[in-house]
Amino acid sequence: MSDTHAESIAFVRESSLPPAAPPEKVGGPFKWVKDNLFPTWANAILTIVALYFLYLLLSGSLPWLLNGVWNASSLSECREILDGATGACFSVISERWHQLLFGFKYPSDQYWRPTLALVLLFLAVAPVLFIDLPRKLLIFTGIYPFLAFWLIWGGPIWGPVFALLGVIVGYMVYARLVHNSFAKALAGGIVAAAIVWYVGGIIGDALRPARPLLEAVPSRDLGGFMLNMMLGITCVSLSLPIGIALALGRQSHLPIVKGICVVFIEFVRGVPLITLLFVANVMLAYFFPPGSGVDLFIRVVIMITMFSSAYIAEVIRGGLAALPKGQYEAADSLGLDYPQAMRLIILPQALKISIPGIVNIAVGLFKDTTLVSVISLFDIIGMIRGPILASTDWNGVYWELFLFASVLFFIVCYGISQYSQWLERRLATDHR
Amino acid sequence: MAETAQMQVSDEVAIRINNMNKWYGAFHVLRDIDLTVHRGERIVICGPSGSGKSTLIRCINALEEHQKGSIEVDGTLLSSDLKNIDKIRSEVGMCFQHFNLFPHLTILENCTLAPIWVRKTPKKEAEETAMHFLEKVKIPDQANKYPGQLSGGQQQRVAIARSLCMRPRIMLFDEPTSALDPEMIKEVLDTMIELAEEGMTMLCVTHEMGFARQVANRVIFMDEGQIVEQNEPEAFFNNPQSPRTQLFLSQILGH
Repeated sequence: MSDTHAESIAFVRESSLPPAAPPEKVGGPFKWVKDNLFPTWANAILTIVALYFLYLLLSGSLPWLLNGVWNASSLSECREILDGATGACFSVISERWHQLLFGFKYPSDQYWRPTLALVLLFLAVAPVLFIDLPRKLLIFTGIYPFLAFWLIWGGPIWGPVFALLGVIVGYMVYARLVHNSFAKALAGGIVAAAIVWYVGGIIGDALRPARPLLEAVPSRDLGGFMLNMMLGITCVSLSLPIGIALALGRQSHLPIVKGICVVFIEFVRGVPLITLLFVANVMLAYFFPPGSGVDLFIRVVIMITMFSSAYIAEVIRGGLAALPKGQYEAADSLGLDYPQAMRLIILPQALKISIPGIVNIAVGLFKDTTLVSVISLFDIIGMIRGPILASTDWNGVYWELFLFASVLFFIVCYGISQYSQWLERRLATDHR
Repeated sequence: MAETAQMQVSDEVAIRINNMNKWYGAFHVLRDIDLTVHRGERIVICGPSGSGKSTLIRCINALEEHQKGSIEVDGTLLSSDLKNIDKIRSEVGMCFQHFNLFPHLTILENCTLAPIWVRKTPKKEAEETAMHFLEKVKIPDQANKYPGQLSGGQQQRVAIARSLCMRPRIMLFDEPTSALDPEMIKEVLDTMIELAEEGMTMLCVTHEMGFARQVANRVIFMDEGQIVEQNEPEAFFNNPQSPRTQLFLSQILGH
């Protein structure tokens, strides 16, 4: 302010001030410690107390972790090797590795099948998760569910082939009609797919080979962490579209549609998941035509999907409510019809707002898949509590097994959470 | 100026509103509105807040539903049939006070979305049209940015371009400059004046009286849901008849 004249009010700037660099930061490790750990007496005491607790935690757990035994064949042998010292018996994990991952009934010479399905899963979800990848890869994503089904369950190939064919025909009918009317196209697609499925079912029965290429594995034989992954992935990917439909239905002006959605959401949210699972296990069979014998896996998927889609619907409803009314009006004023306005304007924004909530539910749902252990499905928790802890070799090894299960779940859930944060940053277009 | 503007008005009726009434619950927002707008006419609607002026133009493209009377746009009678409403909306462009651009789409995508999906224009052609109108509102260089990166004045000009991309025959403006800084009001008004000079049929809810004097054929003053006075701008500003209009004009022109 060198060109101000202190004694007068009038002021005219004669030269513009050039932008100056910000003052340099004074740094150094000592200053960082002082600023962040010991800025005041009270904070210094808190720091010391926290360090003491960290010490207690690590001094208790580190020897146990680092001194772990990895190559014993039973708990007693493990104790002999430890000879009274503190140490974990991780050998239960290496010895029961396959049971923890695949369950105890999956044929051991077929483990490559679910493993291959898992590897292909990464290929299939990549174009869905990373929107910058070429869209052509989505073709494989579309094929993947049928391929994975065939790999894991095995049996005659005709089932998945006709299921896929039905979807393709349905999509073609949809694509042909969608320019006229979205609702007609959707209905036409579903009808076309149903016809193909019905005809395919008859042809598939006729073509049933004496000995299928891949040995058939019944659902009861699936287990271990594989079962958790299968349930988690299937239910999340099914409950997202259903949740969107429920959220839109709840906002609908049509009283019957709205009523059904509200009752469904409120009912499912008011009932514990475990109750629904018992229903799936015991009672759902009564609702299906006698002798149809709907697979237990499918019944469980239906229940978990119902449960999580109700929650996802509420999260998305929050996202819809957060959008300014002007977005709906702008879409309307341009002449977009309801499906177009929703698909192009409203949902992309509402879903973006809802990402943290949806991820929260997806993570919770994935962990809730362990509840199937109470209806005697042998997922990873079912395996630990059942066959492994009940065996004479490993009776009493709790910490190591549950720690292992926690690590597996943590890896997946932390991955989901990191991905969602990346996605939020990637989609941030409004305040750059 | 006013005379040349007059000459472009044709006898063809663009909008005919007959004895239209609207209620919000028990509140009577619009009372017996009768209004005929000819093709090429520029009408400025002003009045105190709550007088129903925004509601009136929002009824024309069915953003608000009227309960009594009739609205006819381009010869099509507005009914509650969705196809009919969408048809009218695709012929009538609208600009909002808060722009209402789509923040998840680029400027270009904002402009091409409706032509591609409603008019089924091929993408390439829609992009050419969009660039043409973005040049017209003087921001072609912003085409690949997102709305959040633009100033308010630029956003409102994009909103105008977005409406024009649908090649509307009528444009509605709902207080297009009242959310803008004074320096940005001019750039938006210039765009609107240019549009008026090309003979677009326009209904503007605005308090920009300079704009009204320059381009309007008719100024309408509303209060308590009724049209209180309408006249040519010269007569309206220099010789208002109703005491309510006189009071309103003295309030807004007084300072």
